Amino acid sequence: MMDRRQFMTLASLAGAGALANPQVAGARVTPIATQARIVIVGAGAAGTALANRLVQRLDGAKITIIDPRREHLYQPGLSLVAAGLKPAGYVVSSTADWLPSGVTLIPDAVAAVDPETRKVSTTGGQSVDYDFLVLAPGLVLDHDAIEGFSLDMVGTNGIGALYAGPNYAARTWTAAAAFTETGGKGVFTRPATEMKCAGAPLKHTFLIDDIARRAGNSGKTEIVYAAHNDALFSVPIVSEKVRMLFADRGFATAYSHVLKSVDAEKKIATFTTPNGEQEMDYDYLHVIPPQRAPEFIRQSGLSWADRWTDQGWVEVDMHSLRHRRYPDIFALGDVAGVPKGKTAASVKFQVPVVEDHLVALIDGREGSASYAGYTSCPMITAIGRAMLVEFDYDNNLVPSFPGVIAPLEELWITWLMKSVALKATYNAMLRGRA
Amino acid sequence: MEEMTFGTMIAVAEEMFGRGLFWAMVAVSAIVTLAYIYVLIRDRSVNWRKFLLAQLSMPVGAVAAVVFVQAVTDSSLRDIGGPIDVILLLGIALVGAIGLAIVVYTAQSLIRGKSSVKDGVR
Ligand SMILES: Cc1cc2nc3c(=O)[nH]c(=O)nc-3n(C[C@H](O)[C@H](O)[C@H](O)COP(=O)(O)OP(=O)(O)OC[C@H]3O[C@@H](n4cnc5c(N)ncnc54)[C@H](O)[C@@H]3O)c2cc1C
Repeated sequence: MMDRRQFMTLASLAGAGALANPQVAGARVTPIATQARIVIVGAGAAGTALANRLVQRLDGAKITIIDPRREHLYQPGLSLVAAGLKPAGYVVSSTADWLPSGVTLIPDAVAAVDPETRKVSTTGGQSVDYDFLVLAPGLVLDHDAIEGFSLDMVGTNGIGALYAGPNYAARTWTAAAAFTETGGKGVFTRPATEMKCAGAPLKHTFLIDDIARRAGNSGKTEIVYAAHNDALFSVPIVSEKVRMLFADRGFATAYSHVLKSVDAEKKIATFTTPNGEQEMDYDYLHVIPPQRAPEFIRQSGLSWADRWTDQGWVEVDMHSLRHRRYPDIFALGDVAGVPKGKTAASVKFQVPVVEDHLVALIDGREGSASYAGYTSCPMITAIGRAMLVEFDYDNNLVPSFPGVIAPLEELWITWLMKSVALKATYNAMLRGRA
Repeated sequence: MEEMTFGTMIAVAEEMFGRGLFWAMVAVSAIVTLAYIYVLIRDRSVNWRKFLLAQLSMPVGAVAAVVFVQAVTDSSLRDIGGPIDVILLLGIALVGAIGLAIVVYTAQSLIRGKSSVKDGVR
């Protein structure tokens, strides 16, 4: 839902809109005729958005998208599900429904890429040749890396894990809701690896505290946030702001605490710290596991050899997202080995860059678009308030509405954007229209 | 956001409400606006008695618009965090007030329009 003022503005402009062909955002250009075989691995946020844009730009290209998952997940909604604000179904739609006609969907998982012979093979035994390959398989949540933890624990014994998917997010709310009523010690963690939406662990902390507070139970709860290093967020100015908010809310922070194992029976979490292992008891524990590139990326020799060696992100140029060793391969979204940008908002900025370079290559030119690391995270700080944190590779704040929406202020308007406009913008992006 | 073009805004609005509902809402507001212009031209002046009732409905429209937006977004007045929020709140209230006033004025004119012209009230 949008507010009525925006609606009225739109309504009053609607006459003009009928004339000004509201087809696709940006200029409509004549499609380029080509026989190129383009394979996209993954039909999540990035793969789907790119497919929808490429069909507008290319005429006759053979585009194949490979993804075993029937459901498309609107992952930013998981934070709302895990706070009881939306049902699990809010994040689920059908993968095939978002794809344009003229694109072939192979419902199978990629098992390997041979970048020398330009061939992709699937676990089902299919083999697909490509001229250009776009890797967009997202990332893998490595729950097994946390000793003693398994996903069937989620929702019971005070354990939550909202990243694991819509049903786990709903079960996380079961456990978190109990904590907001009975109180005790809530311990909120994040992994030491790169992760998607680094604001999400903070949002969950703020939301669960706010819900306990509204229920009049803040006196009974103790909130501990376990940071993986000595900061609360990778962008220093944001980290400082969060530190102040934590102080305001009365949260304790355990710096350089990385979750290593869980004893669900005894309700004890063990952390790796610079001073050796440390135990912490809890009544509610939120687990976000280490995150890595899918195995086939590493096995196929597409990862960086000297960076993120335990995580395996694709070795791409940080501005063109083109593979540094295989010029006919690009990576998009969470799997890309770039210093920032594991959010859907980044995908929105990355997709036009890859589109530009790919279309230019097919046309025999060099692309010129460049990705500057734009990442955004509507950081919810309470039900009804959020901060619109947007930044780039250089840790600069890059506000979309400078002078209007202050990035480091807890605002209602930002909450409205997160709760009503974000999913619509995401969906428009999937369709290649935003 | 990268490209805040008009086309993007339409696309986002369509996703928000669903394509059918969005364009139905655009159509309804266009019809109400046209009906309002129609009665203004037909009566050739503002009928101040009808305008009074329309004015009285404005606070109702203002409050209703704010309550509606808050209800669908799990928020409340205590979430107002800065000047932009106050401006937004006033904007929503203003749109609700003006919107309802136009609806009330137009409805009265369409329903009882002719009789009041005959009464010579104008
Ligand atoms: C809790 C949470 C909150 C978030 N909040 C926000 C937010 O507020 N704002 C924001 O911008 N972003 C947010 N994000 C991040 C955002 O959802 C992701 O960054 C985005 O979805 C990345 O898009 P992607 O296409 O790279 O990966 P995905 O959308 O995850 O899609 C990857 C696809 O690849 C497929 N795949 C995987 N392996 C294979 C294989 N071997 N072969 C073929 N296909 C494969 C998968 O099935 C999947 O469909 C959040 C994420 C989470 C988990």
